[in-house]
Amino acid sequence: MMDVVMPQMGESIVEGTLTRWLKKPGDKVERDEPLFEISTDKVDTEIPSPAAGVLSEILVQEGATVAINSVVARIGENGAGTAPAAAPAAAPPEQQAKPSVSTPPSVDVGPSAATEQARTAQTPPPQPPPAPAPSSAGPYPFEPAPQQPQPAAQPQAEEELGPLSPLVRKMAREYNIDLSQVRGTGAGGRITKQDVEAYMSSQAAKTYAAPAAPPPQPAAPTTQAASAPPPAMPLPEAAKTRTEPMSNMRQKIAEHMVMSKRTSAHVTTVHRVDMTKIAKLRDKSKAEFSARNGFSLTFLPFVTAAAAEALRAFPIFNASIDGKNIVYYRDINIGIAVALENGLIVPVIRNADEKNVAGLQRAIVDLATRARSRQLKPDEVQGGTFSITNFGSFGSIFATPIINQPQVAILGVGAVEKIPAVVDGDAIAIRSQAHLALTFDHRLVDGATADQFCQKVKSILENWSLEIL
Amino acid sequence: MDTDAHRLRPLEVLDLGRMRYADALEVQQCLVNQRKQGNGADTLLYVEHPHVVTIGRNGKQQHLLASEEILARTGIDFFETDRGGDVTYHGPGQIVGYPILDLREWRRDVHAYFTGIEQCLIDALGVFRIAAGRVPERGYEGVWVNGAKIAAIGIHISRWITSHGFALNVDTDLSYFRYIVPCGLTKPVCSLRSLGCQASREEVMRAITASFAKTFDYEVVMAHQELQETR
Repeated sequence: MMDVVMPQMGESIVEGTLTRWLKKPGDKVERDEPLFEISTDKVDTEIPSPAAGVLSEILVQEGATVAINSVVARIGENGAGTAPAAAPAAAPPEQQAKPSVSTPPSVDVGPSAATEQARTAQTPPPQPPPAPAPSSAGPYPFEPAPQQPQPAAQPQAEEELGPLSPLVRKMAREYNIDLSQVRGTGAGGRITKQDVEAYMSSQAAKTYAAPAAPPPQPAAPTTQAASAPPPAMPLPEAAKTRTEPMSNMRQKIAEHMVMSKRTSAHVTTVHRVDMTKIAKLRDKSKAEFSARNGFSLTFLPFVTAAAAEALRAFPIFNASIDGKNIVYYRDINIGIAVALENGLIVPVIRNADEKNVAGLQRAIVDLATRARSRQLKPDEVQGGTFSITNFGSFGSIFATPIINQPQVAILGVGAVEKIPAVVDGDAIAIRSQAHLALTFDHRLVDGATADQFCQKVKSILENWSLEIL
Repeated sequence: MDTDAHRLRPLEVLDLGRMRYADALEVQQCLVNQRKQGNGADTLLYVEHPHVVTIGRNGKQQHLLASEEILARTGIDFFETDRGGDVTYHGPGQIVGYPILDLREWRRDVHAYFTGIEQCLIDALGVFRIAAGRVPERGYEGVWVNGAKIAAIGIHISRWITSHGFALNVDTDLSYFRYIVPCGLTKPVCSLRSLGCQASREEVMRAITASFAKTFDYEVVMAHQELQETR
């Protein structure tokens, strides 16, 4: 039996991530044949086998990060290891000596993945149950107990524990772990991430099996809350949650939304627009329009036409930021957000400023229909320079949309509603009104300009003069 | 001077010009195999790729913002590779460098090699009065100017032979980066041109070669004819 260890790939490198096994247990390997791959920084490295033989055991799973010189696998003599898969009886004393690397098969499903799940499942970290804080008797069940357990005995003298990696320190803080209780298996007895994880799962197992066991914390006698049950150990909670992978589209939307929030300085300004004139025009020509075109006339093409006109007047909204430059687009290509069953897509009306209302309505209907039946061509979702989202069609009065990068603004159209409004001095009349919400990137556009843009859109809509659609 | 001179090892520099990613990969592979057998010399390959998006071993598909079909329709190739790092884009106007080196003859230290590549690019940019630097944070590897990424790095090492390398934006059309989240980061990208520097590709390559030789103790020798034949 020969141990295969995580090699040291450089002076300052103390650990590496095992990214891929190139052999399976039971495979024959030659000396110097690539055996596994590791990753540090942005360098991927193939590690050759130190000996010829049969790969009898894999001790570190793909994705795990281990300290250098940790044993990651064992290689047996030719033929000797043909029945290798789980040979825990073969080397029990050794395994006990090294809990982190050789935690037996139950944990082998992937230490990091397992704790990853546990970590997400338990954010926010469970508060200690409210019961043991009777004195405060506050009316709010979620009010934190008056004295939280101190971050247990944390600033353990580092000399005692050896140097700690920032990751380990962070984990200890987050999970409230007394590091002096953790056995280090890294270089020179150093505590690694895997050691902390192993400690956490062993604690979790203990608490689960015997919840009455006293907490293993010697410190913090000053607070009464210190006698609360041991904090934040992940418990198996299979029944209460269900996990399923996000669809590709969901992942891309998630990534894009967060990216946009991080990129732009989002500000939303809301203007109320009187749509009465357009509502009347629409009512008048509705029947004829549907008969002639085969689809009905909505408010959206009017807003789109007004926005296109305003974009011409305020080209800063038809632009992108490129480093320290502003890129102005000659064409006005307006994206229209279309809700899908489990996502959304923003197909683009090219040269929207060159189309009349009927043409815009036709384009909107066409793009939305094909988006829902997934028949859009790739170039129909690209090249947008400004976006409109019509949340009003779902009843929303106003919302604060997220900018579709790399654009600098998005116009949200709220529901058109009949409301009593004060008109002509002191008279009250029933008017059709809507709220337009413009989210703009404050890096490039200031509030005054954004409001002028909105006023322009408002004025076009309120004074709509074209009888011809 | 003499003591310095005898420590220097020979470096061959070869500009492949415009070459498709797959073809350049073959050239790299050929040189790597030679180096593994102890033949040939350490080589710095330069190449300019037609539009291509590549994703490293640790890459996440969701950092590709456009689907593979969209890329295909837009004329952008797509490759999964064995280098480190996440998604990146290569295209015209970019200097791509693939150093094929035997690190046993320099230092057996992948971290030192990686930071050496960063330093070499930072120094080369300094020649053009561009103050580039690192972002000392995990996940922000590469070379940065004012919070925008100017060069990406992704490396593969097998038996201490390096392959893959760096990509520096000279006058790249940066709008192509819209199709990806470069290296999983949602930070802006920049180029020498976007920073107002008019230097030509050749001038920048010369600067990189000089600082590369200085960083890794090389003496630059010209490419041999045989190397051309390995293509």
